[in-house]
Amino acid sequence: MYETNYHRASSVEEAVKLMGAAAEGKYLSGGMTLIPTMKQRLAAPTDLVDLRHIAEMKGIAVDGRSVRIGAATTHEEVAASAALAAVCPALCGLASRIGDPHVRHMGTIGGSIANNDPAADYPAAMLALDATIVTDRREIKAGDFFTGLFETAIENGEIVTAVRFEAPARAAYQKFANPASRYAMAGVFVARRDDGAVRVAVTGAGADGVFRHPGLEAALAANWSPDAVANVTIDASALLSDLHASAAYRANLVKVLAKRAVAAA
Amino acid sequence: MAKITMTVNGRQVSGSCDDRTLLVHFIRENLGLTGTHVGCDTTQCGACVVHMDGQSVKSCSILAVQAAGSSITTIEGLAANGELHPVQAAFKAHHGLQCGFCTPGMVMTAVDIIRRHGSGLDEATVRAELEGNICRCTGYHNIVQAVLAAAAGMGGARQAAE
Ligand SMILES: Cc1cc2nc3c(=O)[nH]c(=O)nc-3n(C[C@H](O)[C@H](O)[C@H](O)COP(=O)(O)OP(=O)(O)OC[C@H]3O[C@@H](n4cnc5c(N)ncnc54)[C@H](O)[C@@H]3O)c2cc1C
Ligand code: FES
Ligand code: FES
Repeated sequence: MYETNYHRASSVEEAVKLMGAAAEGKYLSGGMTLIPTMKQRLAAPTDLVDLRHIAEMKGIAVDGRSVRIGAATTHEEVAASAALAAVCPALCGLASRIGDPHVRHMGTIGGSIANNDPAADYPAAMLALDATIVTDRREIKAGDFFTGLFETAIENGEIVTAVRFEAPARAAYQKFANPASRYAMAGVFVARRDDGAVRVAVTGAGADGVFRHPGLEAALAANWSPDAVANVTIDASALLSDLHASAAYRANLVKVLAKRAVAAA
Repeated sequence: MAKITMTVNGRQVSGSCDDRTLLVHFIRENLGLTGTHVGCDTTQCGACVVHMDGQSVKSCSILAVQAAGSSITTIEGLAANGELHPVQAAFKAHHGLQCGFCTPGMVMTAVDIIRRHGSGLDEATVRAELEGNICRCTGYHNIVQAVLAAAAGMGGARQAAE
């Protein structure tokens, strides 16, 4: 790892100020992506601003069906939240299957969505739940937030402070985990509102990162059942091909996982 | 250079290190506690697992400065009064180790699993929870048996104490 300077912030305001003073700084949350990347010398920030001790960025608040999760909340805290499980158990289940217990004790929801790894789990949930990403300076709809592979709408120095969403009537997430890394080779999050509106988001499979699938959404809005998925065509041309799976294989996975998700929701 | 203080195995320790120094190196080199191992150095194998403020973490993927002010438990901190911790004793009784390289991380992980799940653990849960710990020798069978036995024994001990 190259040399770096560590700073610990105790408020969002202080973090922004510390970042402003840094030459080429990076925010450090759980570090479960950033530290391994720095060890490989693929990232070399001059300064790290640690967000893990900012109280206002932690915790889960559930008010009726409105959910707010602080960006520095760990995967383990999301997985184990009884209040969240009462309104959106799908998100607890998703968090409980990220990586391994040690990664879940450190890794955070804010770090995961800011990183926008094309195989990460949370981006699919944020898109399907129509979540709002709250930063230190504005609010961004998930649909506008995830802009490509490892790309988001966040500007230099901007901090994700929380995510907010209304819990849907039904939701479920199913992933086909890479047997070695446990990241999603494909993951499908389905959510259905009380008024029958459906959103389906796919991670792990898109050549351009997480995406919604209008064909699956229309079919499931018309008929919320695993059978409805059978006639939907998943176009493989926009999907990822790599040593783990071809695009055609991933297209089939998306269909299978969508069926399983609807059955589980 | 950072000057940091933390509690390690119940004792307050201070030391100087680079901001980029990993917690595992601080523990091994500054504190001389070499029970915590580095297996992969890429956040995969779990040989470096310690507890930070009561939770299992991979110390090869945390900076020592991130851990400043926290309470760390390493494998050296488990045994009390010359008696093996029940999880260590169960690994011995069930032959849950061969070369022993993965064992400190396995034991620290097992203690954390039992903390979260209690004595109601089943085999499938133990296997899922060992996702972040790799063993090249045992084939995991005896490790899983050791964790289950320790969980049952510790649950029993807790009941007896109540
Ligand atoms: C062995 C292993 C297995 C894993 N398996 C999975 C898996 O199955 N599924 C999955 O989804 N992920 C997986 N991950 C990744 C894990 O979920 C990470 O925790 C997550 O991707 C990043 O979160 P973090 O809090 O650790 O962020 P960090 O590593 O601290 O930061 C990641 C990036 O986001 C930026 N950042 C962090 N927080 C903020 C913020 N609040 N505002 C703005 N920018 C910010 C940082 O500057 C950095 O660029 C795995 C990781 C490991 C090591
Ligand atoms: S040495 Fe830390 S996970 Fe392998
Ligand atoms: S006993 Fe040798 S690696 Fe596990």
